[in-house]
Amino acid sequence: MHDTSSHAVAHHGPPASFIRKHIFSLDHKVIGKQYFGLAFVAVLVGIFLSWLMRLHLGWTNLAIPGLHLLSSNGAPGNLMTPEYYLQLMTMHATIMVFFVLTTAPFAAFGNYFLPIQVGAEDMPFPRFNMMSFWITFLGFIALMSSFFVGDGPTLGGWTQYAPLSAIGQAAGPGEGTGVVLWAISITLFCIGQLLGSLNFITTTLDMRTRGMSLMRMPLSVWAWFITSVMGLTAFAVLMPACILLILDHVAGTSFFVPSNLVINDQLLPHSGGSTLLWQHLFWFFGHPEVYIAIVPGMGIVSHVLITSMRRPLLSHRVMIYSMGALAVLSYMVYGHHMFVSGMNPVSSIAFSFPTLIITIPATIIVLLWLGSLYGSRLRINTASLFALGFISMFISGGVSGFFLAQPSIDILLHGTYFVVGHFHMVMGVAAMFGIFAGTFFWFPKMFGRMMNETLGRIHFWLTFVGTYTIFMPFHYIGLAGNIRRYQAFTPDYMQQFIPVHKFITVAALLTGAAQLIFVYNLIHSRFWGKPAPDNPWEATSLEWSTPSTPPPWNNFGDKMPVVYHDPYQYGVEGSTGDYVMQNSPERIETVRDEA
Amino acid sequence: MAKLFAVTIIVIAILSAIPIVRHTWWTSQDISTHGAPIDEQMSETMAESGILFLASQILLAVFIWKFSRPRPGEKIKSFPGGAMGLVIAAFLLVGTEVLALGAFGAKAWASIYFTPPGANAMPLQVQAGQFAFYFRYPGPDGKFGPLHPDLISEANQNIFGLDTEHDPDSKDDIVTAEMAIPVNREIHLLMHSKDVGHAFFVPELRVHQDFVPGLDLSMHFTATKVGRYEIVCTQLCGLGHYNMRAYLSVFSQEDFDSWLKKQATFQ
Repeated sequence: MHDTSSHAVAHHGPPASFIRKHIFSLDHKVIGKQYFGLAFVAVLVGIFLSWLMRLHLGWTNLAIPGLHLLSSNGAPGNLMTPEYYLQLMTMHATIMVFFVLTTAPFAAFGNYFLPIQVGAEDMPFPRFNMMSFWITFLGFIALMSSFFVGDGPTLGGWTQYAPLSAIGQAAGPGEGTGVVLWAISITLFCIGQLLGSLNFITTTLDMRTRGMSLMRMPLSVWAWFITSVMGLTAFAVLMPACILLILDHVAGTSFFVPSNLVINDQLLPHSGGSTLLWQHLFWFFGHPEVYIAIVPGMGIVSHVLITSMRRPLLSHRVMIYSMGALAVLSYMVYGHHMFVSGMNPVSSIAFSFPTLIITIPATIIVLLWLGSLYGSRLRINTASLFALGFISMFISGGVSGFFLAQPSIDILLHGTYFVVGHFHMVMGVAAMFGIFAGTFFWFPKMFGRMMNETLGRIHFWLTFVGTYTIFMPFHYIGLAGNIRRYQAFTPDYMQQFIPVHKFITVAALLTGAAQLIFVYNLIHSRFWGKPAPDNPWEATSLEWSTPSTPPPWNNFGDKMPVVYHDPYQYGVEGSTGDYVMQNSPERIETVRDEA
Repeated sequence: MAKLFAVTIIVIAILSAIPIVRHTWWTSQDISTHGAPIDEQMSETMAESGILFLASQILLAVFIWKFSRPRPGEKIKSFPGGAMGLVIAAFLLVGTEVLALGAFGAKAWASIYFTPPGANAMPLQVQAGQFAFYFRYPGPDGKFGPLHPDLISEANQNIFGLDTEHDPDSKDDIVTAEMAIPVNREIHLLMHSKDVGHAFFVPELRVHQDFVPGLDLSMHFTATKVGRYEIVCTQLCGLGHYNMRAYLSVFSQEDFDSWLKKQATFQ
C-alpha cells in the first residue's frame, strides 16, 4: 500500500518569512482565514449601514449624532439626506452580497476546508489563490474608498440599472466617480472569484487523495465545487458587463445608454445603447449569484447536521444531484427579475416555468434534511442549532419564491418589501446561519480553540427570533404595496406602514446588537478559548484527521491520507464509537445510500 | 433546549401566519377589469405556499423535539419510504403545484398582455422623468403631435418637447401633471421615459410597468371604480425616487369631460 497519493506533490514549501506566512501567503488555510477576516470586517460595516438606514426609515427626521462625521454633505446637521440614504443602501447591499455572502461561505470556508477535505496538500495554483484574495481585497478597498471620494458612493442600488448608472454625474450624487469605483470594485471582485473558482474546480477534480472518489467527497466539497462552476460562468459575465459600464463613463461609449435622453433640459450625447442589455447581463450573473451565496450554506449545513444527527443523509447522491440541478436551473430563471421590465411578455412566461420548477430540487433538499432528521440521534449544540435554523429560514424564504416566480403576481409584488423580505430570508439570513454553523463547527480546527457554547446559544436565540421579527413584517407591508428603496414614505397609502417600520427598526437594532456577542465570542475564543481536541465533534471527514490542530502548513504532514470509506459513516459500530473516519482502515459494514 | 427550540419554531410559524390569514395587511382593492385572475392567483398561491410553510416548519419542529434525546442504545431509524419516497413526494406535490400555478398564472398573464387594446380605447401618453410623471391627452383632433427631445425644457414648461408652431397635431395636445380617466372606458397608455428608468405602478389598478429609456411601451386597462388613487414609481431613479408620484382620478364620463376641458384652458 502506498502512503502518498500520486497527485500530492509539494507546490510550495513551508513559509519562510513573516510576510509569506501571514500576508502574501500561498497556504490555502491562511488565505481562507484572510477571506474570513475580510468578510468579518465587511459584515460589521454592512450591519452598521443597515442600522443607519433602519433608523432613518423609522424616524426620517431623526438627527443621528455624529453622522456628519461620515459625510458632511450626506448628513448636514446629522440629518440624512435622501441621496445619502440611497448611497448607504447601495453600499449595504453591495458589501453584503459580494464581500460577505460570497466570500464567507464560499471563498473563506471553501479555501480552508476544500483541499483538506479531499486530502490535498494545497490548491494546484497557490499563487493564483493568493492573488484571488488580494485582488478581492483591493476590490473592497475600491468600494470603501467611494465613501471618501467626490460626492460619495453610488446611489443606484446593487443592481446598478442603466442608464441611471451609465450617464455620470448628471444622474445624481455618486453617479460619476461613485459608480466607476463601484464597477472597478466589482470587476476586481469578479477576477478574484474567477481565480478562486479555477482553483476550487481543479483541486476537486485533480488533487483528491487516494481513495477519495467523487462520491466519497463530503457534501461541503460538492457544494463548493458546484458553486465554483457557477462562479466561473456567472462572474465571467458580470466582469465584462462592469467593464462596459466603466467604458460608458470614461471612454465615451454608449453600451447601456440609448439616444434622446434629456437631463436638466440637456440632451445627452449618447446613442445606440440598450438599457435592457445591462439588465440581462446583470441578472444572468445576479440569479446564479443567489445560489452562489446559498449553495455553500447547504453544503456546510448538511455537513454540520449529519455530524450532529449521527447519521448520513437519506441519500448522498440525491443531495448532490439536487444541488447540481439548482446550479443548472439558476441560469434559466434570471428573467423573473424582469417581468415588468419591458421585456416581451412571452419571455416572462418562458422564465416563469423554470423559476417554478427550481422549487422542486430545493424542496427535495429540504425534505432530505427533514427525512434524515427522522430517527436520528440529534446532538444539540450551537453549530447544529444554526444548521437547523438555516433550514427554518430557507423554508420561510423559499415559500415566498412561489409568488415571485409568477409574472401575474409580480404585478402586485415587484419592487415591494415583499421582495426585500424574500431575499433577505432566503439568501441573507439563511446564508448567515450557514456561516455561523460553519464557524462554530470549524473554529476549533481553524484556531485550535473551542468557541464558548453558552455565548453561542445566547447569540443563536437572539438572532433566530430577531431575524424573524425583522423580516416577516417585510412580507406583510410588501403585500400591501410598500415600495422598496424609498428613504421616506410620502405616498398617502404608505403612511400606514410607518409604525411597522419603527417596529422593524427596533428589532433590527437589537438583533444587530446581538451580533456583538458573536464578535466577542469569536475574538475571546481565538485567544482564550478552551484548547480544542483534534476531533471535538467526533466527525468522520478528513479535516478532523490532521496530525495537529490547526493543521500544519502542508495539512497532513509527511503522510498523505488514504480514504477507505464514504464520507459519513455514522451510526456504525466502530472502534472509536458510533463513527468511522474516512481514513480509518477499519473494516465496517458501510452505511449505504438509501436512494 | 431542543424542545424549547421546537416550540419556538412552531410559535413563530403560527404567529407569522396570523396576519396573513386575518388579512391585517393585504393587497389593495381591485378597481380593474383584468385584476380578478391576478387576485385569484395570489390567493391560490398564498393558500398553497402557506400550507407548505406551516407543514414543513411543524415537521422540522416535531423531528427536533422527538429525535434530540435518543435513549441509549437506540438505533438510527430510516424515514419510511427513504430518499426515493421523498423525491417522488417532492415531484408529485410540488411538481403538480408549480405546474398548476405556472399554467394558471400564465393564463392570467396572457389575458392581460396578449390581447391588443380595443379600437375604441382612449389613448393617453405618460412621460416619466426625474422625479415626476406628466400626462398628455391628444385633444379634439385625437392625434398626438410628434416629440422633439431637443425641445424639452422644464424652464419653458415644454415638458414633452412639443413643437406647437410647426406641428399642427401638437397644437391641441393637453399636458397635465395629474392623470384622469373616465370610468369603465378602456385606456391605452403609451409610456416613455425622458431620462432614466422609472416605473408606473397603481396598486388598485393592477398595473405595473417599467419605463425603459429608448423603448416605447404601452399598457391597456379599464378602471371600474370612481375615485382618487396614487401612482408611484417603483424603479430606483435617483435621489427623489421616494417622492416621485402622481394622482390618478377615475371620473364619470361627464366629470372627465369637464376636467379635460378645464385642463385645455390652462395650455
